Amino acid sequence: MDLTDFITVTDFCKSHRISQALIIEFKDYGLVEIIERKDALYIPIAELPKAEKILRLHSELDINLEGIEVITQLLNRLEEMQNEMTRLQNRLGLYE
Amino acid sequence: MFNFITNSEHKSMEYIDYYKILGISKSATSKEIKSAYRKLARKYHPDVNPNDKTAEQKFKEVNEANEVLSDPEKRKKYDQYGEQYGKDWQHGEEFEKARKAQGQRRSSRQYAGGFEGQDFGGGDFSDFFESMFGGGGFSGGGRQVKFRGQDFNAELRLQLRDAYTTQKQTLTVNGKNIRITIPAGIENGQTIKIAGHGGPGRNGGPKGDLYITFSIENNTDFKRDGNNLYKNIDLDLYTAILGGELTINTFDGMAKLKVKPETQNGSTVKLKGKGFPVYKKEGKFGDLFITYNVKTPTKLSAQEKELFKQLASLKK
Repeated sequence: MDLTDFITVTDFCKSHRISQALIIEFKDYGLVEIIERKDALYIPIAELPKAEKILRLHSELDINLEGIEVITQLLNRLEEMQNEMTRLQNRLGLYE
Repeated sequence: MFNFITNSEHKSMEYIDYYKILGISKSATSKEIKSAYRKLARKYHPDVNPNDKTAEQKFKEVNEANEVLSDPEKRKKYDQYGEQYGKDWQHGEEFEKARKAQGQRRSSRQYAGGFEGQDFGGGDFSDFFESMFGGGGFSGGGRQVKFRGQDFNAELRLQLRDAYTTQKQTLTVNGKNIRITIPAGIENGQTIKIAGHGGPGRNGGPKGDLYITFSIENNTDFKRDGNNLYKNIDLDLYTAILGGELTINTFDGMAKLKVKPETQNGSTVKLKGKGFPVYKKEGKFGDLFITYNVKTPTKLSAQEKELFKQLASLKK
């Protein structure tokens, strides 16, 4: 595993001044992917925007993890539907 | 060069009614302010309203209102000077002192104008907010947490012909020039991320990203579906029946096309690799589909009609 594509959970927590337990909780709720390697926990770089978004929802809006889980699912569905709508709009051009 | 303005300038001296923004009365308690803020922040937070500029603007307004009204000192100043000095209410005390010192009787409008040079810089809602957050940010929940800056969204219009080849463009985003490469084959509605060109981070966090969504206009007689292109071409009856050769225009230049004898109206042929480039796959192209629109001849001469009659009788 190339560790340049990962950030340690310790660094992430230090940078955001949060406890490691919170990130583990995010993981337990299936909100963020965490990988264990060489006795340390890592977050893939690609997961960072998602992890930070969850953190913002949690700290700025006081939303609990159950709420974030629901919001995340709905946002994913919204994104899928928006993509589908764009795809269909593009196809509609064929019949105009 | 394209010029993006992702955040609108707001330079009016008008009074901003923070109470109205939060939907509370002027006598609201700090608990009521907090509750109203939380409710509206949840409604308009950019993370729950992706790509919604109206919600983003509302969120900034709500944050600014909360920053002022949740701080007893700022609220007092705002209540005292807000209506009189508009967005310059935070300097109200200084204006009053200056007025007394000079012993002059000027209108509030003139004073406000006189202090315009002390603006904190271009902002989205009022300059006060910008001065606190360095532009474009939103307030934290009291903890000094490092966060990435806000992501910016912008739209870029391209012609279908431009999307056929890789383009290098210089964009102006909030006054800064950035060079971007738009890979050939980009789709209408597709969004690309330009990392680090969003709003500044908070508490030492990294910058946000810039997301550019492409709106591709098609002024050609081709239709596009993903990597494939579609085109209808007229075919005269004689070539349709006897077969022949056509020269057709493609995105890649002129191409020769063999028409098979007895080609039916509405039938389609595929020209492999003559479609649109596949996004980020250099040298790979979709296909071009040609649909024949067979045109029957009109204004026939007597001799032509006679020959068609003979053909018809042969089929009986």
